[in-house]
Amino acid sequence: MGELATAAGQEIVIEIGGMPVLVRTESRDFLRMLEDRYAGFVNPAANPACEFDVEIVPPGKITDEDEVAVRFNSGRWLIERGDLRAKWDPASGRGWIRQSANPYSIDTALRIVHSLILAREGGLLVHAASAVRDGKAFLFAGVSGAGKTTISRLAPADVTLLTDEISYLRRNGPGYVAHGTPFAGELAKVGENVQAPLAALYLLQQGTENAIEPVSAGDAARSVLENVLFFTHDPELVSMVFDSACDLVRCVPVYRLTFVPDARVWELIA
Amino acid sequence: MSPVYIARSTAIAARVLDGEMMIMSAKDSTLFTLNPVGTIIWQSADGQTPLAAIVEHKICPEFEVEPSEALKDAESFVNDLASHGILLVSEQPISPPPSAPGRAQ
Repeated sequence: MGELATAAGQEIVIEIGGMPVLVRTESRDFLRMLEDRYAGFVNPAANPACEFDVEIVPPGKITDEDEVAVRFNSGRWLIERGDLRAKWDPASGRGWIRQSANPYSIDTALRIVHSLILAREGGLLVHAASAVRDGKAFLFAGVSGAGKTTISRLAPADVTLLTDEISYLRRNGPGYVAHGTPFAGELAKVGENVQAPLAALYLLQQGTENAIEPVSAGDAARSVLENVLFFTHDPELVSMVFDSACDLVRCVPVYRLTFVPDARVWELIA
Repeated sequence: MSPVYIARSTAIAARVLDGEMMIMSAKDSTLFTLNPVGTIIWQSADGQTPLAAIVEHKICPEFEVEPSEALKDAESFVNDLASHGILLVSEQPISPPPSAPGRAQ
């Protein structure tokens, strides 16, 4: 089950996007919850890129931050929201999370840590659904209500869903690879832990007929940046994310996909 | 009236995509796309050339606009970018900042 008993507690290695993160906790119940939630992404054989000790506390307010706040101070990232406080030293890869035994806090902490690591690698977390068909990955980006869950639900049997909510992109030579993630949206279905080269990015909007039209690089970059998950105003990382978004739209064709919410839209995706 | 000097902030990211100058503020992640006039002002913001001179020598000849009207528009544009931390504005010439040390991660 990916659980390793240690003197300090139990450990689980959650590998998302080929980035293994070790989580250590003294709570067996919390560990079981992690095993269920991240099933398919647990890899006890992976060499962790970073590791976190999770301190489980009773439910209640942990910080005064209503929105998530991410700051870099004295060599450490500090992540705070009302329901969690986390510290992470990127140099050593070690970190600590205080939260109650709920899945949403750890999910937020993992997303943020992955976004910080990806930013330096030229990768991105994007508010988008993604799927693999014939060995090629396709991204469907859009704000809530644009149709990410709908197009995921309409996917035919030959399509492997990577996520209906948060897409994970890593640089790979001249292009990008899309990875499956356990970060689910309304579909409440964990993506498959597979990867494929990114072939196209579609900007979603629902309409009265199916249509695909190319998008200028400027419009594409604006749309990607509107949908990138990034949580800090650190100037160096903001600059890196901006550059990554610009690189993405120069490497990968971007289209506006207007679609009627029925299965015929997938006839356009290949 | 004192001359106004403008310099590009280092807390930004900028890229030209298909001829469009795009700038993102690291302060608040606001994204700006500059029109051709704004792009000239941005590219001329060296901290040493007064805004009025930029308008007179680079904007007016290119776009055939009245200098006083063009300067008024330029000041409004500059103040907007300055409010987002994208441009630095001073009544004195602005020296380039020392290069910051990198941060390992």
